[in-house]
Amino acid sequence: MERVYLDNNATTIVDPLVREAMGPFACEMYGNPNSLHDFGTEVHPFMRLAFDRLYAGINAGERDDIFLNGCATEGNNTVIKGVWYELIRTGRRSEIVTTQVEHPCVANACSFVETLGAKVVRLPVNADGIVDADLLARHIHPDRTALVSIMWANNETGLVFPIRELARLCRERGILFHTDAVQAIGKLPVDVSDAPVDYLSFSAHKFHGPKGVGGLFVREGRSLPPLLHGGEQMGGRRAGTVNVAGLVGMGLAMELAVRNLGYEATEVRRLRDRLEDALLAIDGVSVIGRRELRTPNTILMSVEGVEGEALIWDLNRGGVAASTGSACASESLEPNPTFVAMCLSPELAHTGVRLSLSRFTTEEEIGRAIEVIRGSVERLRRISPAGSGTGKGT
Amino acid sequence: MAKNDLIGGTLWETYSRKVNDRMTNPRHLGEISEERAAELGARLVVADWGAEVCGDAIRAWWAVDPKSNRILDATFRTFGCGTAIASSDMMCELCIGRTVDEVLKITNIDVEKALRDEADKAAIPPQKMHCSVMAYDVIRKAASLYKGVDMDSLEEEEIVCQCARVSLRTIRDVIRINDLTTVEDITRFTKAGAFCKSCIRPGGHESRSHYLVDILRDVRAEMDRERAKAVAEKPRTFAEMSLIQRHRIVEQVLDEKVRPSLLKDGGNLEVVDMKEADGRTEVHISYQGACRGCPSAATGTLALIEEALRKDLDPDILVVQV
Repeated sequence: MERVYLDNNATTIVDPLVREAMGPFACEMYGNPNSLHDFGTEVHPFMRLAFDRLYAGINAGERDDIFLNGCATEGNNTVIKGVWYELIRTGRRSEIVTTQVEHPCVANACSFVETLGAKVVRLPVNADGIVDADLLARHIHPDRTALVSIMWANNETGLVFPIRELARLCRERGILFHTDAVQAIGKLPVDVSDAPVDYLSFSAHKFHGPKGVGGLFVREGRSLPPLLHGGEQMGGRRAGTVNVAGLVGMGLAMELAVRNLGYEATEVRRLRDRLEDALLAIDGVSVIGRRELRTPNTILMSVEGVEGEALIWDLNRGGVAASTGSACASESLEPNPTFVAMCLSPELAHTGVRLSLSRFTTEEEIGRAIEVIRGSVERLRRISPAGSGTGKGT
Repeated sequence: MAKNDLIGGTLWETYSRKVNDRMTNPRHLGEISEERAAELGARLVVADWGAEVCGDAIRAWWAVDPKSNRILDATFRTFGCGTAIASSDMMCELCIGRTVDEVLKITNIDVEKALRDEADKAAIPPQKMHCSVMAYDVIRKAASLYKGVDMDSLEEEEIVCQCARVSLRTIRDVIRINDLTTVEDITRFTKAGAFCKSCIRPGGHESRSHYLVDILRDVRAEMDRERAKAVAEKPRTFAEMSLIQRHRIVEQVLDEKVRPSLLKDGGNLEVVDMKEADGRTEVHISYQGACRGCPSAATGTLALIEEALRKDLDPDILVVQV
């Protein structure tokens, strides 16, 4: 059975060009770049090229830092705990302002520093599912707010936050601004020369790079103590032997992602819209968030009378990989905080299924997915009390 | 944490083959029509039940023979996850052929056990036990409709952990009998709180009328009160007391029995030391005021003090004037 992968907000296929570029760093150029001998120094040009590509990808300046780390989770933790350590622990400021719809790595890092004495303000989202500048303006105070941390795009809904505006507001008030851009890179233009963010994190595997490598942008002059202490790698900002293959792969993945932004905005969007239109044609299907406010690849849908986990189970049997944020399928049984924050009804929160495309998704795959989803919805509606099918004995 | 927890893994990997199979091909899906029930000469019962927090819902149809109270056929429709669907299907299977009173004894645990591939391997992961409870609730709902009674009257005991069906009485008993001090201990002994964890403390998946943390605190408090009372009531001998306790009680007796008469004559005494020697307790006293230099202080008065203490506390007390 041909499988269709529609869970690209979870992770993506590694671009074959990226895999090829990473190949030589396993058995040929395996030196430690911090070594003095040729094995170490011969990898430097490749690292330099990778950093050039990362800097160009988000339009960072020469005096800014983008340092390599394990993933956006690490970057987000570094920023939140670092700001706590420098500004809150020392009593200079007291609050972190964030949203109710952040990824767990931001939400849980904030909860952790809360136990250490930080005050955390979690802003609700508006009817469009985003936080607007007016609301943020009412909740930040230069004498108290140490950091504002708001995601660039939401992983569940794909809704894009007005980061340029929000970051400018914080800059005007002299407040540090951090954004988790993990769902934005490769889906829409991310330009730190235009959006005055102070810290920005990303993971390579969300844009067709390898897993286990990410980057953290730190604007020139912004202080940030390291999360990992050790050697002098990354100028002391993040110790640990450099993942050379990962860095090289991420660099190329960034370049390819940025080069394909046009394709993303047109073709991926067209395929997404085709899928979305076909889904909306099914009775009782709704999609969360206005289309023009979302990343071009994401659909969070709700199917009346069909429970989320049951649907992704059935889709999986049909070879279609999707994901659910519904409470029932998570380890904790906790309702998905994004759905709760968006004030979705319990039933809606229980029926959410996310479909996310990438530039590798094909027309045929979308056609097949539509067919499988229609079949699964029909089958599950026969099981549901809301359905009208007939069973045995009639 | 341990090696097995490092990968984490999906819920689905831990579902049994039977859960997989019944999720995909439920045997008892659908409804029983009035006509079909009439054909069977049965009374039709249609019961709805929902788990408010999840939005999960189930509707069960029973065709019950009114003479024998036997369930001739059972079907369902479920809005819920794979576990909810498979549990609903197995619930129907367990109901068919049994009387209404018999099926009232079926619990979600019986349903889960029937879904196992191997007798000692759970059919679903712990956090999904919660999703099987609905299949149990709908049985009670259908039975209450059939019998025309209130659903709560069918519950014999107050259940604290719905997933593992552990009653308030069991939890209270196990805390007392085993002298448990932590919630983790309660879970280890009873399995209460091992599944969806809602019953451990407020703020979980569902709100409950009883939480393990509160039950533990209340039972421990009761136990402490009982212990304190038992200690207070138990007569302790003077010899068993520590020197400090002996000093306190000696002072009490002196205040009550001795000092009033000394004070009347303008005197007093002070306990300056207490010692243990040859199994006897020596109370070293020093006179104050008019008692100093009183001719009988070293003889009659001393004997009276000693007698008072010996009579009230212990015959082996020796009073020494210093």
